[in-house]
Amino acid sequence: MQESSSFIPYIKRYLKRCITGPWSLLCGLSVTFKYFIDPRRIVTEQYPENRKTLKMHPRYRGRLEMIEDADGNNHCTACGMCERACPNASINVLSTKNIAGKKVLGRYVYHFASCTQCGLCVEACPFGAIRMNQDFEVATTDPNTLEMILNKKEGQG
Amino acid sequence: MFVPSVTNPIGDFVRNLVPQVTAYLPVAFQSETLDSVVAFLINAVICIIAVCAVNIGSAPILIYMERKVCAHVQCRLGPMRLGWHGTIQTIADVLKMLFKEVYAPSGADKLMFYTAPMIVLIAPFMVCALIPFSKDLVVADVSMGIPLIIAVNGFGVLGILLGGWSSNNKYSLLGALRSGAQIISYEISFAMILLFVVMISGSTNLMDITMSQQGTVFDWWIFKIPVLGFIAFILFFISSTAEMNRAPFDIAEAEQELTGGYHTEYNGTPFAMFYLAEYIALVTNSALATTCFLGGFHAPCIGIAAVDNVLNMVPGLVWFFGKVFFMIWCYMMVRWTFVRPRVDQLMDFEWKFLLPVNLVLLTAGAAWIAISG
Ligand code: SF4
Ligand code: SF4
Repeated sequence: MQESSSFIPYIKRYLKRCITGPWSLLCGLSVTFKYFIDPRRIVTEQYPENRKTLKMHPRYRGRLEMIEDADGNNHCTACGMCERACPNASINVLSTKNIAGKKVLGRYVYHFASCTQCGLCVEACPFGAIRMNQDFEVATTDPNTLEMILNKKEGQG
Repeated sequence: MFVPSVTNPIGDFVRNLVPQVTAYLPVAFQSETLDSVVAFLINAVICIIAVCAVNIGSAPILIYMERKVCAHVQCRLGPMRLGWHGTIQTIADVLKMLFKEVYAPSGADKLMFYTAPMIVLIAPFMVCALIPFSKDLVVADVSMGIPLIIAVNGFGVLGILLGGWSSNNKYSLLGALRSGAQIISYEISFAMILLFVVMISGSTNLMDITMSQQGTVFDWWIFKIPVLGFIAFILFFISSTAEMNRAPFDIAEAEQELTGGYHTEYNGTPFAMFYLAEYIALVTNSALATTCFLGGFHAPCIGIAAVDNVLNMVPGLVWFFGKVFFMIWCYMMVRWTFVRPRVDQLMDFEWKFLLPVNLVLLTAGAAWIAISG
């Protein structure tokens, strides 16, 4: 009796899997078939040929840059949060004091050579003063160009 | 003597030409027997060249096709740089492969190591000779076609086992043993499905099997027998995929587990031969599926006279290769969609599911024949 009571559910499960198994395979095939016939799905870029028209994806993290308005003003307060957030010390925030004695940004030094483009500094900044831009052709033959000063103006914010 | 059962224009031309040429020779060389022997040999050479051309010529096309299909399934473009849409890429790859230095690992059994790829190539070439490509295009029209195919297919596993064994590498050996176990298991299903076809068509000759499907689309074996034909076709598809060691049944290669399986130690030309065998097997298996289930070289007539006349104007060879490439495309879509099962799941599937279903199918087919008369 014990056997027969467990036998019927087993058969039921077995038959059910005979239906659901092929069905799931067909679902997989339909997905790949859609990909196969739809050229809009293709994500490959023909890079050197389409260099003029190539647009990077919005989520791409290129070089770090400072968000500046038309006059070159930025929002940085030299709080140093980004410097502390950076895992490999690629940022040095060198602050100065303005005439009123308030701490303001002097020079924002960015070492592109050691930056891993992780984006932690952007997340850490409480004032939204920095962002990762879309540059991807960043190779250079002169290592000195990799040391950058990001802010154009001193003592903003 | 030496008169083939299927005559074709090229063969007839050679048979007519040889007596005309020998007429210029001294009388001592003129005899009926000699003429027929010479004509036979010339025809044999033509056949060998034709089979080689079909097989070796289709390999680059298939490799290109596979790369493109796989790329588009994965939202990529595939080869694009060399030639129009990368068409010359495959040829460049083949040339690179051929110019590589050939060497064997130090502990390998050299003789076995170098004969294995050749043995692997035997099976697809011999099967190709049996396939009727058109009404008068078949190299060997033997009456025991299907049993011969089943027998010859065994060479594939022999080559794989030898290659894995002689490489002196544990990955190769494991891959070869897995492949041996797999092919021997699936060979049973494969043979049973072919037996089913033999049973319903009443002949083991591939030409007769094709001719038994003459008529409209609904006379093809896949549709002619209500549900059974379709089930048999699916089962044939599964077991032939396993026979060819293609994904999802490619546990013999299983890159992630075995770094390449039985051909880990091969490089250059021997590796290219394994590769070639894989793709020719794809062609021959598709051709077999076409012959057994999809009406061979018959046009897909639909029963309306006007349409059928147009369709019948296209030569059978074109229909045959159209169907073969459709089948190949199906194999490729399956390969790039499904995931590889584990070894034990694979064996379970064959012995606990495929084989019983096959037996039921054979019985049902016999019942169908008995009922429909
Ligand atoms: S992106 Fe990462 S590595 Fe680069 S400066 Fe910001 S925190 Fe440092
Ligand atoms: S960029 Fe942002 S986090 Fe870094 S110093 Fe300026 S305000 Fe602070």
